[in-house]
Amino acid sequence: MTGLEAFVLTVITASTPFLLAAIGELVVERSGVLNLGVEGMMVMGAVCGFGAAHLTGSPWLGVLAAILAGAAMALLFGFLTQILITNQVATGLSITLLGLGLSGLIGSNLVGLPGEKMQPLNVFGLNEMPILGTLVFGQDPLVYISILLTLGVAYFLYRTRAGLIVRAVGQSHQSAHSLGYKVIAVRLSCIVFGGCCAGLAGAYLSLSYTPQWIENMTAGRGWIALALVVFSTWMPGRLAIGAYLFGTVWILGLYAQAWGIGIPSQFLSSLPYLATIVALILISTNRRLSVVNTPASLGQGFVPDR
Amino acid sequence: MKQLVTTIIAVTAAVVMSLSATAADKLKVGFIYIGPPGDHGWTYQHDQGRLAMENTLGDQVETMFVENVPEGPDAERTIERLARQGTGLIFTTSFGYMDPTIKVAKRFPEVKFEHATGYKKADNVSTYSSRFYEGRYVIGQIAGKISKSGTAGYIASFPIPEVVRGINSFLLGAQSVNPDFKLKVIWVNSWFDPGKEADAAKVLISQGADIITQHTDSTAAIQVAEEKGVYAFGQASDMAAFAPKALLTSIVNNWTDYYIARTQAVLDGSWESTDTFGGMDMNMVRMGAFNNMPDDVKAMAEATTASITSGELHPFAGPIFAQDGSQAIGEGEVLDIGTLMSMNWYVQGVDDQLPQ
Repeated sequence: MTGLEAFVLTVITASTPFLLAAIGELVVERSGVLNLGVEGMMVMGAVCGFGAAHLTGSPWLGVLAAILAGAAMALLFGFLTQILITNQVATGLSITLLGLGLSGLIGSNLVGLPGEKMQPLNVFGLNEMPILGTLVFGQDPLVYISILLTLGVAYFLYRTRAGLIVRAVGQSHQSAHSLGYKVIAVRLSCIVFGGCCAGLAGAYLSLSYTPQWIENMTAGRGWIALALVVFSTWMPGRLAIGAYLFGTVWILGLYAQAWGIGIPSQFLSSLPYLATIVALILISTNRRLSVVNTPASLGQGFVPDR
Repeated sequence: MKQLVTTIIAVTAAVVMSLSATAADKLKVGFIYIGPPGDHGWTYQHDQGRLAMENTLGDQVETMFVENVPEGPDAERTIERLARQGTGLIFTTSFGYMDPTIKVAKRFPEVKFEHATGYKKADNVSTYSSRFYEGRYVIGQIAGKISKSGTAGYIASFPIPEVVRGINSFLLGAQSVNPDFKLKVIWVNSWFDPGKEADAAKVLISQGADIITQHTDSTAAIQVAEEKGVYAFGQASDMAAFAPKALLTSIVNNWTDYYIARTQAVLDGSWESTDTFGGMDMNMVRMGAFNNMPDDVKAMAEATTASITSGELHPFAGPIFAQDGSQAIGEGEVLDIGTLMSMNWYVQGVDDQLPQ
């Protein structure tokens, strides 16, 4: 394996959890809901995914359990914020706190158990091919899923009628309601989709990235995903760029240390954040595009006026 | 943002307390943990010590602990609450609890406190720590013998004296069997981030390290070593189960004997404020089983462990050269404890610049 190949492989594995969690949250925020519970849904996905894979011996059942766990947490969030109209910021934070605590409780017997690592794909045996083989055809299935999801979300939001409705609901829930769209139902579905994606990101952590369960193993990745959504100005393509840029600079920082260049490690640790913010600000200079893509009723509760 | 949120989470976690049934005549012993007992590292070993102490002293004691307590003002509140609940002895098990422990101790002169890895004492506050660097010298020697590339990768947390001391001790051990041994260091600026620790291990391996060692708390790096077919060492706790093929040995922190002795002292009324810095001689640092290595290397590691235990060998015995080539101490000298406690320089052979 060449050095460059090893580098790119590490970048892909580091970037995928950000992309998975963020693409779901992007849809949620596009529908006008701010769910700060990504970290909590992700960590629940990680523990349930690991537990189910350990019990059944099948990583795929683990993935399914993780998706369901993320969805269940999201549904709780949706019930509180959409039906009971609680404050979204406070509710999201408590979903994160609940997820971190509950996952520790569920996972207390799973600590230290060997994990079921998801095996990389071997599409048509093509990963034997030199140079590009492993990179293009030998990844983990969830890596391909994250890319397909991003393409799917982009297509859905900009090319389908349902996507248009989601954007309309996020733009102005009053108008969408007046036109007869079911604002709450649309938002609930988006919230559940976001939960599924966060759960999937958690499964990626506990089944592929570091196949084991450790309390609080998400280590703040849900928050980075949330920030990526905002900095990408709610556009899927930019989100993917942001996630991969973040992963690249993150890994480059580690390489720079191993090469012994002598840049302070504290600076290198903060570099991914800086680089991603700068890059996304630069590509967001088109003011009009940014305004059009910002969900205007983000974070506001909606009470139908009958 | 992340910092703030972590604090909010930790505060809430601190509120979730574990309490056992109360009885008036028992000695209540409290523990403050920086992480969850399930971390399989630092906190896990402290909790093992607590459980063993409870087992040994049986009906005379009752223990309680608070996990995930962040260092700082929240720690003070949590320690104070334990003190108010009638505990007679409180162990605070992380460096950052130092000032909070001293402050609370002033307000509760009748309660005894034990603070781990700090340097501030009071009439009712003892300090205790272990010479973890003794274990690092042993694993360094093993690395020096086993490594084919002559380069090890070290995943470090924060540039504090304890971590720097560990890096130096490891390299001195390795150089005692292979004078040209090199060490690459990656600082992850976290005690606990499994993903980043795993990434750091991958990077170090791709840069030519065929032995991975760490001063961080998760088992992720060891699993990467197992997957990539290189060797690794366990940290704080015996981690053999996580990497049966890759793990050579672990440095195990053993608090059990100390916790039993100190609690017994409170029961007897003989407790006094002391400063304990125990190593292999006091069984506070132990080596895990030596696996996956040839018999001669194993014999060497056992011999080194024995001579450190007997005091015959000191990891920081001269001559020692600093990274810039200047001589720190000459033949026949040993680095004094003050220098060790405030160590902020590398020995020769570290392929890194120490973050200042």
